[in-house]
Amino acid sequence: MNLESFLLMRSEIGLLAIILFLLIFELFSNQKQKAAVIPLALFLLAINTLIGFLPLTEGELFGGMFKTNALLVLFKTTLSFGVLILLLQSADWLKEKIVAENKATEFIILLLSSLLGAFYMISAGDFLMFYIGLELTTLPVAALVAYETYKRKSAEAGIKYILSSALASGTSIFGISLLYATTGTLFFDAFAEVITISNLSILGFILFFSGLAFKISLAPFHFWTADVYEGAPINVASYLSVISKGAAVVILMIVLFTAFKTLMPIWEKIIYIVAIATMFVGNLFALRQQNLKRFLAYSSIAQAGFILLGLLSADQLGSATVVYFVAVYIFSNLGAFGVVQAISSASNKENIDDYEGLYRTNPYLSLLMMLALFSLAGIPPLAGFFGKFFLYAAAASKGYYVLVFIGVVNATISLYYYLLVVRAMFLRKNPDAIPYFKSKIYMKLGLLIAAAGILILGLYSPFYEYIFSISNSF
Amino acid sequence: MNISYIILVPLIPLALFVLLGLFSKKIPPSIAGWIGSLGLGTAFVLSLYTAYHYFLGAKLDGVYQTFTYKSTWIIFSDKLHMDMGMLIDPISVMMLVVVTTISFMVHVYSRGYMKGDDGYTRFFSYLALFSFSMLGLVLATNLFQMYIFWELVGASSFLLIGYYYTKPSAVAAAKKAFIVTRFADLGFLIGILVVSYYSGSFDFGELNSLDGNVITNWTATSFMGLSVFTWGLILIFMGGVGKSAMMPFHIWLPDAMEGPTPVSALIHAATMVVAGVYLVARLFPLFYFVEDGFVLSIVAYIGAISSLVAAVIAITQTDIKRVLAFSTMSQIGYMMLALGVSKYEGHEGLGYMASMFHLFTHAMFKALLFLGAGSVIHAIHSNELADMGGLRKYMPITHITFLIAALSIAGFPGFAGFFSKDEILAAAFENNRLIYVSSVIVAGLTAFYMFRLYFGIFWGKDKKYEHTPHESPLTMTIPLIFLAFMSVFGGYIPFSEFISADLKSFTSHLDLPLAVIASTVGIIGICLAYVFYKKENNLSEKATQLFGAFYQWTFHKFYFDEIYLFITKKIIFGILAAAIAWFDKYVVDAFMIGVGNVTMAFSNQIKGIQSGKVQDYAMAFVGGVVVLAMVVFYIWIN
Repeated sequence: MNLESFLLMRSEIGLLAIILFLLIFELFSNQKQKAAVIPLALFLLAINTLIGFLPLTEGELFGGMFKTNALLVLFKTTLSFGVLILLLQSADWLKEKIVAENKATEFIILLLSSLLGAFYMISAGDFLMFYIGLELTTLPVAALVAYETYKRKSAEAGIKYILSSALASGTSIFGISLLYATTGTLFFDAFAEVITISNLSILGFILFFSGLAFKISLAPFHFWTADVYEGAPINVASYLSVISKGAAVVILMIVLFTAFKTLMPIWEKIIYIVAIATMFVGNLFALRQQNLKRFLAYSSIAQAGFILLGLLSADQLGSATVVYFVAVYIFSNLGAFGVVQAISSASNKENIDDYEGLYRTNPYLSLLMMLALFSLAGIPPLAGFFGKFFLYAAAASKGYYVLVFIGVVNATISLYYYLLVVRAMFLRKNPDAIPYFKSKIYMKLGLLIAAAGILILGLYSPFYEYIFSISNSF
Repeated sequence: MNISYIILVPLIPLALFVLLGLFSKKIPPSIAGWIGSLGLGTAFVLSLYTAYHYFLGAKLDGVYQTFTYKSTWIIFSDKLHMDMGMLIDPISVMMLVVVTTISFMVHVYSRGYMKGDDGYTRFFSYLALFSFSMLGLVLATNLFQMYIFWELVGASSFLLIGYYYTKPSAVAAAKKAFIVTRFADLGFLIGILVVSYYSGSFDFGELNSLDGNVITNWTATSFMGLSVFTWGLILIFMGGVGKSAMMPFHIWLPDAMEGPTPVSALIHAATMVVAGVYLVARLFPLFYFVEDGFVLSIVAYIGAISSLVAAVIAITQTDIKRVLAFSTMSQIGYMMLALGVSKYEGHEGLGYMASMFHLFTHAMFKALLFLGAGSVIHAIHSNELADMGGLRKYMPITHITFLIAALSIAGFPGFAGFFSKDEILAAAFENNRLIYVSSVIVAGLTAFYMFRLYFGIFWGKDKKYEHTPHESPLTMTIPLIFLAFMSVFGGYIPFSEFISADLKSFTSHLDLPLAVIASTVGIIGICLAYVFYKKENNLSEKATQLFGAFYQWTFHKFYFDEIYLFITKKIIFGILAAAIAWFDKYVVDAFMIGVGNVTMAFSNQIKGIQSGKVQDYAMAFVGGVVVLAMVVFYIWIN
């Protein structure tokens, strides 16, 4: 092993360097310079994201604990890009509220640490690395959820999150220990060769799966989602629904397709049941939400249910559709959360009723919100439509027609509540509509990039074709 | 021949539409008028250039070459694909010239006519949209492309008829035109699907390739005595019947006169309404060779009947634009019947050439008649013949140009209409005597109603005008003069040199006996009109009484509208639709609302599960694990 091979970890090393640099910056900067951390972090993260576009050979490190390939690099770049948009959208909030409390640098460091954890988690080649990555993604976020300490709800959400995730992690590692007991190895490759279908291995798998299902907020492991999203600062909720969920989906897919390939007859049934339950739970609860953060929480639960459809065709098509859908979902959700953030910071309003008549006062924000919601609902020609379409195609290719039908029914239900928000913004007249306000440059940039992503991913087909071409790498 | 630049001809109007449509509030009206006119002027010059080069240089061994320029757009199967492109052959080049000429003239004219109107810029953007659509239709290389532009033309016609959207009658007329033509287009679409299913192609070039075996293959399946393919052609022709306002789909054309008069001149006289004729001409070999021209005989009879009925109705109408509308319908009937009686090769294809020839000359003199009528309406603000009289003193240019156009349409020797009409009559005489006789009668009627109009407007006593009528401004009279010029000299173009069904030139000559008969009938019509309408007298009242019931019939346009209204309102809306609406409301809707209510109620019931207590969540988590494990073991064991 030579030093050059460490370059396989360039995104992680870069991220680590940024975190360390920011730590030092925090130590040596005076009160006036603190605010400069925002553009600095943005700049460094942007560079690190761009580095992800450089070509890279496949490979592994530490005897196979760390793996990388083109699909993973692409996905890491997408996550990194997502965090960049998220930081852009939170820059004003940080500047106005958090810098004064001297906590801006910490916020960024925690956020990037969690992202680092996500990177390691999806690059994991064995269960140990996976678990470390999982914990590294979860723990900083618990602090972030409780970041607005002066708000009771924020603290409550923090404690709920840490308790629930402790339970989930515990369950997961218990499952891993059972699996180790049956196979004697933690490496995915070796694991796949020796694992057989036995009661113990199935129980181990279910426990392991529950831990990940918690991260993805699949029913019935989703209960924390709405409360935590509602209490957490909006950008943290956004992070949870986008980055942390996206990474968990991808590692779930990798583990299912590689380590648990033998167990496929079992896990496809589990996925089947959980997918149906999750879609219905997410959609039925979303119908009645008034608070937009809770609303988006349930919407993101339902979306997770849809993603499972892609997992069922355990092949190139399946992995391509899942990665594509997650990328699309990241941009759509960031668009929606971005608008909620912008409006909340301008007027402190987070309810659907408050959005009535928004189109007359803030037409651009309303249009962007509509774009994001339509993409989530899957209306052509936006990216979300193609994402859902490919998922259905993947499930149908393995003969899951009933499941596809249930998916379509759920997409119809979801259309109802997404349109509820659109109707409030565009059709309702309201003399007390949120008055016009101008967003700052960072926010504008963050929203614009999200909107561009929604449009480009949908209309520019080579993107999907590229994902498809690199999806056979595992 | 390099044809790529021709793409500019439709693209210029498209660009104008986008420009004027997007910035209609920002561009001042005077500039919008200028931009529109200059743009169409450029397209006009380009078309003339194309025609000059094509007709003088595109012949190989005596046959006009067809140039296509296309790219595949949508692929349905290995064989069946849809292209977008341009097809350059004699008739499309001729249509380019017709469309751009009339459009250019109408643009110039509208700068005067529409002056001071609120939606001035919007008007010009619609005109540009129409011009683009019509040019796209003309250049289409395949049925599907033609269909797309066919619908675009219909949509822009809808926009322009309903231009005065605050006027209920205009809105109703726009809807009527759209619905009637759309209904006919349904046939067109089904026809396209049928024809392409059996032939495996949308492409005009492939459809018109004349291999007997191929056609036998296409027509192998039969249905109700005809091959399915033939039914497909009949359905395609149905689209043409709707667009060209032939019987029985003609009812929209008179109402379409609610649009601004320049629009009537452009769309409802010279260009869009001849799309049906163009469609038949475009597919002429197919119509001719499939089942020995059965469909073509339908074309002939529909054309002949329409032309006779419309000419009779035109005599009794009092709104000058409606007279012109029925006259248009009658003349398009002429073109249709000429195509219908035509054969394919050499001089036998006279009808085909005559149809296109008449299309050309008719475009010129009918646009002139409409623009002249517009000039009169502009001066006295009324469409009714009863409000007019003695206008020749006040409007000398309008008067003279209108007279020229009237003489031309009446087939007075030496004018353009005389030549083209003579060719049509000759073709009819050679192939179908019954249609010939009816056409001669129509020629007489045409001369009569046209001069009734002429004498009624420009002669007779002065009416009490609120303001003294005055001649229209130069922007309006220049197009009149240009079109008057074309209405005279357009007839001297040797059309048979350029246009023929088999793409080979032939010589046609004036058939003297037929010409004498036709012009005598025409002159008799003019003389009758002179006797009846030159001076105030009670002859017309007497004639009205003499014909009694028949007059009432024709005045009410043979009650076509009333019949259609009865069918739609009483039978379709009253009986069929009511039953369907009941089913929709109490079965389909009720079911859907029920589903919605159940979903909402269920959602309400389960709301309590989310308690907010973290220990409950932990319970649910563990419960979830247990349930999953149990389910899996249960499934696995079985």
